[in-house]
Amino acid sequence: MEVAPSPKVGGILDLTISKQRCRAMRRRILDISQTVSALHIAPAFSCMEILDTIYFGLMRRDSSGKSSDTFILSKGHGAMAQYVVLEQLGILSKSDLDGYCHPHGRLGAHPDYGLPGIEASTGSLGHGLPMALGVCLANAESRLASSTYVVLSDGEMMEGSNWEAVMAAINLKIVDLTIFVDSNGFISATPISSRHPNLLPLERKFEAFGWDVRSVDGHDQQVLFNAAQSKSPDRPLAIIATTTKGKGVSFMENQGIWHYRSPSHDEYRQAIAELEANA
Amino acid sequence: MRDTFAQAFYEEAQVNPKLFMIVADISPASKIANFKQEFPTRFIDVGVAEQTLIGLSAGLALRGYKPFAYTIANFAIYRPFEQVRDDVCYQNLPVTVVGMGAGVTYSPLGATHHTLEDVAVMSAIPNMSVLAPCDPPELKDAMRAVMRHDGPMYLRLGKAGEPTLTADAPDPFVFGKVRQVKAGRDVCILSYGPIMSMAVDIGAKLEAEQKRSTALYSVHTLKPMDREGIAAILQRYPVVLVIEEHVEQGGLGSQVKQIAWDTHARCRLNTFSLKNSFLHVYGSHDDVRRAHGLSIDQIYPAIAKA
Repeated sequence: MEVAPSPKVGGILDLTISKQRCRAMRRRILDISQTVSALHIAPAFSCMEILDTIYFGLMRRDSSGKSSDTFILSKGHGAMAQYVVLEQLGILSKSDLDGYCHPHGRLGAHPDYGLPGIEASTGSLGHGLPMALGVCLANAESRLASSTYVVLSDGEMMEGSNWEAVMAAINLKIVDLTIFVDSNGFISATPISSRHPNLLPLERKFEAFGWDVRSVDGHDQQVLFNAAQSKSPDRPLAIIATTTKGKGVSFMENQGIWHYRSPSHDEYRQAIAELEANA
Repeated sequence: MRDTFAQAFYEEAQVNPKLFMIVADISPASKIANFKQEFPTRFIDVGVAEQTLIGLSAGLALRGYKPFAYTIANFAIYRPFEQVRDDVCYQNLPVTVVGMGAGVTYSPLGATHHTLEDVAVMSAIPNMSVLAPCDPPELKDAMRAVMRHDGPMYLRLGKAGEPTLTADAPDPFVFGKVRQVKAGRDVCILSYGPIMSMAVDIGAKLEAEQKRSTALYSVHTLKPMDREGIAAILQRYPVVLVIEEHVEQGGLGSQVKQIAWDTHARCRLNTFSLKNSFLHVYGSHDDVRRAHGLSIDQIYPAIAKA
């Protein structure tokens, strides 16, 4: 696996390296897919650039690689994307990822608190944001200059707990919080726009609760980075990131079946060929 | 109990900067109001938002604080059950979920405001501990254990006006151990929570009317259950009674029966619990207990012959 160098401090985003890294990370997920019967491949591909931007661009790190910022993957089924990022950072090992969902390994299909780099257990939707509020209040009480980043899915925004937290964040005057809604347009295999259209648009709902809101292309790292950097200093920020479920492999894109499925060997080879052709 | 809890929390907060009080639309009463005034950043009212109550508490605990999530018992655990299970217990975090007015304390408010099965539900979750002190002094002692406890805790409380029952208790409070509240030889009554006062009255009646020496034990720690302590009681007393304001399933009654079976106990064992039923009965706390079959008049005749 090609390992791209990572910046030691936040606030830097090398677009060329970032694009290479996202391609390498998608390839790594495809490789792992050949060792297990199923995995959440498409939901990981949709948030790949979002996680790359957060971890390599936004989160501040000291010389040992440790970050004082917090990342919570509320859409826990995107865990493969987080695992490959943590492998890039050297926080998870190659053998950790090779053991994914095997009985001798320690990584499961959802993030498990206590493992290196995993700051909260998720998997059931609608839990990450309320927990993030607690993290923000704890940081404020400890007088830590620390930012908290949460990635949610658009379908996850159907959970009532999220709207409790969206409202509470403003009422509790929580500021140093940026959430990315990975808006790939699907819940599992069902298009949101046709089955649950009133979830959309999300932007006006966040605005109504007093949040700072941006709408961006969720696969453009520079745009994602700039949106986060332009955050208002006195309000939490919601970045509605439009993405493509299964992004990067043509036959997986917007095809519901790839929510939870491993490609066959032929499909795997085709997917790798596509990634390399686009390099 | 509410005031005792508030006082104990307030006193600990003076020396422990890690304590947070998170409430869901509960007005800070007694010493909680003082806490809020003195430590405004550590008192958080999330509003009518119980999932946030628990999730936010878990987030504070992830960063090293010790939050108490406090509201009426049914709201504290039923609405945000998955947050209690996933955010608190799965991550094994030191969050204390304080369920005030448990059982049928809120007797006129109906089943939505009752916790008939909270001990069963909370005890079934891995990593969770369950404490239900029987009177204000026992709660005060229990709070010391709660403060030392480094994991999830469900603290089941009554509300107000509970009498002191443990002033002359032979045993001290020890987390995870049954506590003898009164010594006796012929009959032993096991109970927990405020309904212990009914056990005390029944014990006194047995002694006065039948000259049967009656021991009383507070099983304040429902999880981890003191199996050895219960087994010893089942060996020691010829008649053992369980009185609890909770359904038998998953409560103390069924657990004592399990231990009795496992340890080949030979004693007579009777259990008195809430009915597994949503009763549409309103009135005083005693009225609703009675509708469930829990009153001295109903229990005493059944055990006078035991």
